[in-house]
Amino acid sequence: MRWMWIDRVVELVPRERLVAIKNVSLAEEHLHDHFAADPARDLPATPIMPMSLVVEGMAQSAGILVGHASGFQEKVVLAKVAKAELERDPTPGVTLRYTATIQSLTAQGASTQGVVEMLDHANPGAGFVRTGAVDLMFSQVDHNMSGLEFPEHNFVFGESFQTLLRSSGIDWPGA
Amino acid sequence: MERDEIFQKVQEVLVDALAVDEDEVTPEASLTGDLGAESIDFLDIVFKLEQVFGFKIEQGELFPDNVMQNPEYVQGGRVTEAGMAELKRRLPHADFSKLEGDPQVTRVAEIFTVDALVNFCEAKLQRAG
Repeated sequence: MRWMWIDRVVELVPRERLVAIKNVSLAEEHLHDHFAADPARDLPATPIMPMSLVVEGMAQSAGILVGHASGFQEKVVLAKVAKAELERDPTPGVTLRYTATIQSLTAQGASTQGVVEMLDHANPGAGFVRTGAVDLMFSQVDHNMSGLEFPEHNFVFGESFQTLLRSSGIDWPGA
Repeated sequence: MERDEIFQKVQEVLVDALAVDEDEVTPEASLTGDLGAESIDFLDIVFKLEQVFGFKIEQGELFPDNVMQNPEYVQGGRVTEAGMAELKRRLPHADFSKLEGDPQVTRVAEIFTVDALVNFCEAKLQRAG
């Protein structure tokens, strides 16, 4: 399971909406570097999930939603981050929730709107609190590359995505 | 819908899709040369125009595909007469006067101006009644 930035898909309404969660854990090695302590400047270690990975988490959530619409037959590639507004640092122990909604979907690509929410387990009564929005564009590359050819096998939706969906209780089309 | 109102809506779409300032979106500005649009932005613009105006734009209707790759239409880096005729047939909303004077294939993108988008939307809205 490499480069997976969501832990589970908790809701899938085909061609409409997908909701996924990500538990941020101190066991993730990159958090020890982002940010490491800086004794020279007297700064303590400050583990924060990089915002670029939050965008990637939304891209995976929305990408699965778009890919599912074609039975994962299309190579769905993130083509544009139309908007990314993220207001709170995800620290170890919080749960992120990504809700991706399809805005437009054609054979060439899709645009999606996404809401990022955070659950702080130290304050569970507050529930999931909205912390940002990530709107994206995807290209279905076989329809878009003006004659460029890509490998026949689907290099986007590989085993990691299949495992994620299976462990989320969602059938892989054709499986 | 009046042309001014159509222009205003197209301007809003381009400001949003291309992250440009409103005053950059003039009628004569070209989408790629002046406003920095890349290939995926064209799909974004199509989606946003559909949402704003409520009509459907078919693939290749606004930005034609499979023309520049055709050796009948492009030879030696220049658009042939047949290519020019095909572009005109498929893009009645665009102004070809500059391209006809210097039909280099690298200049084809210049016909996609803000004005061409407004013409396209105006014609679509008129057809829809």
